[in-house]
Amino acid sequence: MHRSTLTQAKEGLKKKQFSALELTEAVFKRIDQVEDNVKAFVHLTRESALYQAKEADRKIAAGEDAPLLGIPLALKDLICTKGARTTCSSRYLDKFVAPYDATVTERLKRAGAVIIGKTNMDEFAMGSSNENSWHHPTLNPWARDRVPGGSSGGSAAAVGANECMAALGSDTGGSIRQPASFCGITGLKPTYGRVSRFGLVAFASSLDQIGPMTKTVEDAALLMNVIGGKDPLDSTSAENALPDFTKALKGEIKGLKLGIPKEYFTSGIDPEVEQAVREAIKTLESLGMQTVEVSLPHTDYAVATYYILACAEASTNLSRYDGVRYGYRSEKSDNLLDMYLNTRSEGFGEEVKRRIILGTFVLSSGYYDAYYLKGQKARTLIKQDFEDAYKKCDLIVAPTCPAPAFKLGEKLDDPLQMYLADIYTISANLAGIPALSIPCGFTIDNLPIGLQLMGRHFDEETLLKVGHHFQQNTDFHRKFASL
Amino acid sequence: MKYETVIGLEVHVQLKTQTKIFCSCSTEFGRPANENTCPICLGMPGVLPVLNKQAVEYAMQACLATDCRINPRNTFDRKNYFYPDLPKGYQITQLNLPIGEHGHININVNSVQKRIGITRIHMEEDAGKLVHGENEDQGKSYVDLNRTGTPLVEIVSEPEMRSAEEAREYLNQLKAILLYTGVSDCNMEEGSFRCDANISLRPFGQEPFGTRTELKNLNSFRFIQKAIDYEVERQTNILDQGDKVIQETRLYDSDKGVTRSMRSKEEAHDYRYFPEPDLVRLTMDNEWIERIRKTIPELPEQKRKRFVTEHDIPEYDAGVLTASQSMANYYEECVALHPHPKIISNWIMGDLSYELKNDGREIEDCPVAPASLIGLLQLIDKGTISGKMAKTVFEEMYQTGKPAQEIVKQKGLAQISDSSSIDKLIDDVLADNPKQIESYRNGKETIIGYFVGQVMKASKGQANPAVVNQMLKEKLNQP
Repeated sequence: MHRSTLTQAKEGLKKKQFSALELTEAVFKRIDQVEDNVKAFVHLTRESALYQAKEADRKIAAGEDAPLLGIPLALKDLICTKGARTTCSSRYLDKFVAPYDATVTERLKRAGAVIIGKTNMDEFAMGSSNENSWHHPTLNPWARDRVPGGSSGGSAAAVGANECMAALGSDTGGSIRQPASFCGITGLKPTYGRVSRFGLVAFASSLDQIGPMTKTVEDAALLMNVIGGKDPLDSTSAENALPDFTKALKGEIKGLKLGIPKEYFTSGIDPEVEQAVREAIKTLESLGMQTVEVSLPHTDYAVATYYILACAEASTNLSRYDGVRYGYRSEKSDNLLDMYLNTRSEGFGEEVKRRIILGTFVLSSGYYDAYYLKGQKARTLIKQDFEDAYKKCDLIVAPTCPAPAFKLGEKLDDPLQMYLADIYTISANLAGIPALSIPCGFTIDNLPIGLQLMGRHFDEETLLKVGHHFQQNTDFHRKFASL
Repeated sequence: MKYETVIGLEVHVQLKTQTKIFCSCSTEFGRPANENTCPICLGMPGVLPVLNKQAVEYAMQACLATDCRINPRNTFDRKNYFYPDLPKGYQITQLNLPIGEHGHININVNSVQKRIGITRIHMEEDAGKLVHGENEDQGKSYVDLNRTGTPLVEIVSEPEMRSAEEAREYLNQLKAILLYTGVSDCNMEEGSFRCDANISLRPFGQEPFGTRTELKNLNSFRFIQKAIDYEVERQTNILDQGDKVIQETRLYDSDKGVTRSMRSKEEAHDYRYFPEPDLVRLTMDNEWIERIRKTIPELPEQKRKRFVTEHDIPEYDAGVLTASQSMANYYEECVALHPHPKIISNWIMGDLSYELKNDGREIEDCPVAPASLIGLLQLIDKGTISGKMAKTVFEEMYQTGKPAQEIVKQKGLAQISDSSSIDKLIDDVLADNPKQIESYRNGKETIIGYFVGQVMKASKGQANPAVVNQMLKEKLNQP
């Protein structure tokens, strides 16, 4: 039962093959069996989940329907849940319980979902390996000595290990797609503004976006129908009408133009990854799509631009963690300045501090123009690159990551190498466009490889449609990690 | 005085919205600590600001009423600093594209009109406050975030004022404009009108400005004037001794009447301003601006000019009467009932203001309505009571709320004008004062005042003084 996709579980509930309670219990049983080998979760909300499952069964019996009625889902631990801890895998927020639900949490609950727990992540979503978690590192379900990716590594591993039907993650520079790729699952970063950020603990406000992490593209479409759409509590959420994404899946893909950015297939790409991606492109061609080479000339500046802008925003977003009102407070201090210094020194991990310092520096007077302002200009150029490319194609294809999951500890002491793991995913955040990662192969060592599809603003439909057709014709997403 | 004083003012004005600028918490003053708070204004993780449209419209009114040009595109910025009363660790404000720029207001000092430029008006959120423990609680500090997120506009003037009087008059005019438009209640005690002053001196004739200091903690118009005067004197002494003024922020100590250094430029914050990514750009189209423009009432300056030209009252009177809209309304209602503007102006500026001041009331709460005041004035006109008696009657009207007619009747205050009663009184007085009659007849005509006084006294003030005067003259001049 735990192996079901979201769509299959919905079907099973509808046909009364099992109850929501049975499904939720099966998921918890699976968690009990494999969690020690995965460590995907920060904490489980077993009690409330079983209650929600019973409620779902009661509604099903009463003939009620809702898009996610009785479906067990997991949330990345930076999505606020009323009454349950939201730690961001940080010591600072270790005991923090939000008195409010994030808009997505509320929408999931309203759609009948059963929230089973909160998944591990890099502290405040800063990292690409989940090793920057205050709690513990999460392990890759496909290889226990490897990272699940990050920062939504817990969600990716939980889905990859069948510990939930699906999960939500958040993506600031690749944090949904990179772990999805490492864990062999489907992950969508929607267009900036498509999904409300209210209740998503901010890392970099102009880049953060919540998205689905699922076993199939079809499931991602289903989740998008629930979580997407304008939210009056988020001024940056878009007014654009929310399409029915599941309907879009069935559409025709013949004749669609697939852009291949030449800058993404140069040096630094793992040969096995390149081969799998090229195979995937052939598959898409065989389904009637045309390919065209495109250029994204400012690609080289993406990583630098991203780390300037994201850190700048992070440095001020994280200023609120000052020990005054909630969260961690160092007991060592006897004056205000010491309270700030000790609280933040002890409450944050190394990577978070590194980024706060970096961000504070680039916003400092005298450096602002050289870094932040220049970063903004580079961002505009990167955005323009995509606009130009989309004049020639309907979507862009690329690897999600230059290499498969790396080993635990491998890059921990080399932040720059860690940052480069996001080289293919960062541009989509800077441009604000939607991007999907789907499994497209395995290495000789049986590590999943991800294919990335990037679309036009607010055109998740094309991505999902192409991804769905790909999955209808391939089996990569049907493989399970043996645990 | 060989130095010219240069003053620029920054005024923070609390907008009169019911709710805060980025959340729906109440802005009500005086609630128990932290009652008016929610996850958004407490800066909890993951919350987002949503701009209060009413706050924007009040800010637009403030701009239009001071002739500022409204920027069609507005952006917000974060001003970063750590302090316990600032929950997010940054204040959302407007740096690069404020709501309004290039405005001005006119002031009048010693009958000279002067235009003071307004550099900019921008929107921002207020911080909370710290409450420091006393006595056994010494050393502890408490945070009250009720005020956090209250909508403000900061109104920055050009450095175009040249004296403390001009600064004070600028503030008077600004306050009047804001009260007229209903943008703010401008209550200084509750912190809804706060002023910082930038002051520098330069030798007369010199173009570049001298080094300035910024004065803070100016809690009343009186203190502002005093603080500026003190600071001008301080800087004059420094310059006279050949020293240099240090650029710094200084606090005014109203108990001692001095300013004190708070922090120098070297210690100044680097606020690391950058565009607020949680808010979208605010676009103000012409239609919106014009709709708001229509809501701007006649402003004090226009009203003042109209009163002078239409009612022919002195500029000074018009200035006093237009200081608040309700005062002007009161005056205009009176004039509509009784077209004698100067007499009405005298009453309002005199007895009425005196009673209100004693009572600590505003004219809105005046127990004597315009129609009642006019009732009184008509009694004077008819000769029923004297002007002097009217003052007593007015006092009574103010205390009891009764109409003039009733008080006059009850107290038997009606003026005695019939000659037979007065005749008798005059005869009695004259009979008692043969010496004074003698002096009068010997040419000391001013002594008639003494006789009038005696007759009035005998009549308990009720005799019509004009009639008494006339009849006295007739009798004394009889051989």
